[in-house]
Amino acid sequence: MLLHQVKLPHHKASAESSTVSLPLPEKVVISMAQHLGAPCTPTVKVGDKVKIGDVIGSSEAAMSAPVHSSISGEVTGIIDVLHISGRNMQSVVIENDGLEQISDSVKPPKVENREQFLAAVRASGSIGLGGAGFPTSLKLGFDPKEKQPDYLIINGAECEPYITSDYRCFIEEGEDILEGILLMLKYLSIPKCIIGIEKNKPLAIEKMTKLCEKHDNITVKALKSSYPQGAEKTLIFSTTGRVVKEGTLPLTSGCIVVNSSTAAFIAQYIKTGMPLVRRRITVDGNIVKKPSNFLVPVGMSIGEIVYYAELSDRPDRIILGGPMMGACAFDPDYPLSKTNNAVLMFADSPVYEPSACIRCGRCVNACSMNLLPTELEHAFDARDAKELEKLKVNLCVNCGACSYVCPAKRNLAEKNQLAKAFLREQANKKGK
Amino acid sequence: MSKLIIEPSPHIKSGVTTQKIMLSVIIALCPALIASVWIFGLRALIMTVICCTSCVIFEWVCRKIMKRSNTISDLSAVVTGMLLAFNLPVTLPFYMAIIGCFVAIVIVKQFFGGLGQNFANPAITGRIVLMLSFTSYMTTWAEPFYYKNAGEIVTTSTPLASETPAQLSDLFFGTTGGCIGETCALALLIGGVFLVAIRVISPVTPISFIGTVFVLSIFTTGSLEGAVAAILSGGLMLGAIFMATDYATTPITAKGRIIFGIGCGLVTVLIRTFGSMPEGVSYSILLMNILSPLIDRFTVPKAFGAAKEKKGGKK
Repeated sequence: MLLHQVKLPHHKASAESSTVSLPLPEKVVISMAQHLGAPCTPTVKVGDKVKIGDVIGSSEAAMSAPVHSSISGEVTGIIDVLHISGRNMQSVVIENDGLEQISDSVKPPKVENREQFLAAVRASGSIGLGGAGFPTSLKLGFDPKEKQPDYLIINGAECEPYITSDYRCFIEEGEDILEGILLMLKYLSIPKCIIGIEKNKPLAIEKMTKLCEKHDNITVKALKSSYPQGAEKTLIFSTTGRVVKEGTLPLTSGCIVVNSSTAAFIAQYIKTGMPLVRRRITVDGNIVKKPSNFLVPVGMSIGEIVYYAELSDRPDRIILGGPMMGACAFDPDYPLSKTNNAVLMFADSPVYEPSACIRCGRCVNACSMNLLPTELEHAFDARDAKELEKLKVNLCVNCGACSYVCPAKRNLAEKNQLAKAFLREQANKKGK
Repeated sequence: MSKLIIEPSPHIKSGVTTQKIMLSVIIALCPALIASVWIFGLRALIMTVICCTSCVIFEWVCRKIMKRSNTISDLSAVVTGMLLAFNLPVTLPFYMAIIGCFVAIVIVKQFFGGLGQNFANPAITGRIVLMLSFTSYMTTWAEPFYYKNAGEIVTTSTPLASETPAQLSDLFFGTTGGCIGETCALALLIGGVFLVAIRVISPVTPISFIGTVFVLSIFTTGSLEGAVAAILSGGLMLGAIFMATDYATTPITAKGRIIFGIGCGLVTVLIRTFGSMPEGVSYSILLMNILSPLIDRFTVPKAFGAAKEKKGGKK
C-alpha cells in the first residue's frame, strides 16, 4: 500500500542558522492555554514576585501541563488575551526585573522508577513541541496492564515548509534526544525505538545514525520528503507499516509517537530540572532578511522576536507554525506559546478567490487518509450528516494537502473542519 | 498598522490553476490542429476559430443573462470549441457548427451550472445533436488534400465505413477521410503524452479505453492488423485522450476511471460491430458520462485505517 502524499517546496532557508538565545524581554504574557486540553488556572496573583521556573499556572485535569514563569520579576496583571483558537484565555503578565533569578524549585528531579519519571515529566510542563501540543505526561502515562507499546517513534520528519527547529535540535542537541529516548525506553519498558527523519535532512540522519550505533534497539529511518510525512498516522505507517484503526489511539497499534525536540527536552529536564520555559523556533518568510532559529522565552511577543531576524517590509500575514497547518496571528504582539515551532512573516501574500470545482481529482490523489475531499465538500454544503459519516470526514487530519493542490483554490480542508464541527453539533442535538 | 490577513490553513497553494490546466489542454490539441490544416486545408483552422469564438461568446452572454460571475477567462469554453470543431467534418456549413456550439455551451454546460457541474461532455453532446439534426452534412467527408485540387470537393468515406481496409500509415498520419481533428493519430498521441507528462490527465482512462477496443477488435476483425487499424480509426484517439479524460464528466478515482475506460471501449466496439453506424466513440463516452456518478458511488476508496461498516447495525 502506498499513501497519497504531496510534494511541497521546502523553503528551509534557516536550516544552517545555529540557534541564537534571545535576550530576555521586558515583559512576557504567558497564556494559561499552552497545550491541548484543559487550560491552567493562575497560581499567582498581581504583585507576586516570581523567578524563572516558578509554577504560575496549574490544573488538576489529566489532559493538561503546568505553566512556568520564563523570566524573573513581578506579576503585573492577569488578563484575558484573545487566543489563537478564537476564545479569550487567561494570561499572566510578568514584568522583568532584570535579575534573571532562577527558582529554588529548579533542581534535578529524583527519578528511579516509572512513577517518578512520569511525575517529573508532568511537573516539567512538557507538551508535544511539534505543534499540536499534546501533554507529554498523558501520552507517556499509559496503563501498561491495558496495552504495552513495543515501539517508541521519534518524529523528526519536520515535513512542513520553512520550519527547521527540529532539525537544529538534531544537529545541536542530538545527544539529548538520544538520552531522552533511552529514558523513555527504560522507564516505560518499551523495547524498540525508531527515529523517523525526512531525507531532506541528511546531516541529521547521519548524526543520529552515528549516535545510535551502540544501541541495537534504536534505528534511524530515512523517510521520503513528502507531505504530510510527520502526521502521526502517516509516520507510524512509514516507520512500522502499522495502520492506526479509526477511533483508536496509536497506542492500540503498539506505538507511542514523540517529537524529537520533546525527547531532547525530557532529557534536559531530568538533568537540570529547568521546566519548559524556553523553546526553539524558526523565524522565516518572504520579508525576513535573516532566516533564523532562536531560543525564546515562552510569552515573548512575536513582534519582538522577529525584530531580531530583521524584516524588510510590513507583514500582511503572520503564521504561527508551518504554512500548511499553522494559524494566522491576528495581532503582531501575540505572545509565543510552547506549541509554536515557527513564526513566519509574509508580505504581498496572495489571497485566492475560490472558483468552481472542476472535479479534476487532485484532492483525491493528495489525501493521505484516502478520503474524497471534493465529495466531502458537496456533502457538507448540503449539510448531509449521513453522507459525511459515510465518507469518513472524522478521519481528516487537516493536513491541508487537498486545499494546497486544488486548482480552483477551494478551501477543502476548512470545509472538513467545519463538517466535523457540524457532526459534533448534530450528535449533541441527538443526545439532548 | 496595516491589517493582517486571517485565513484558515493551509496558507500556501500550488501554482496549478484551472486556467493553466485548460491552457495545457489547448496546447496539447495544437499538434492535431496543425495536422488538420495540413490534411484538410485552411478551412479546418477557420472552423476551429469560429467554434472557439462562438463558444466563448455564448458562455459570456449566458453568464451575463444569468447574472453570474464571468468565467470565460478559465479558457474551458475555448477547449470545448476546439474539441467540437475537431469532431466536425471540414465541409460542414459554419452556421451548423455555431448551432453545435450553442448546444454545447448553453444547454449542456451552463444550464447545468457551468464548469464542473455538467453531467455530459459538452463537445460530444454538441456533435451528437448535429449528427442527428444534419446527418448528411455530418457524414460527408472530404478527401484529404482536397483543397489542392481546385474546383469541386471530392468526397470519400471514413476508414470505418469503407469496404477496402485503409493503409495503417494513412491512419497513423491521418491522411484519411474523417472529422477535422480526429484523423491524425500521431498528433493526438503527442498531445496525450504531453498531458500525461505534465500530469494534467491520468493515463488510466485512455489506456483502458484504447486497450479494451484493441483486445476486443482482435476478435471482431480476426487479426492483429485489424485491431491496430481499429484503434487508429475514427474518433477513438481524440475521444480516449481528450474527451474521456474530461474531469467533470468522468469518475474521480483511478479505479472508477479504469471502469469508465473499459466501458467506453466495450460500447465503442459493440456499436462498431453490431450497430447501424460505422462509429460509436461519441455515443460510448456519452453513455459512460451518464453512468459516471454511479461508478463514483461504487468506487469510494477505503479510507486509511477506516473501521469496517457494521453489518446489520441498529437503525
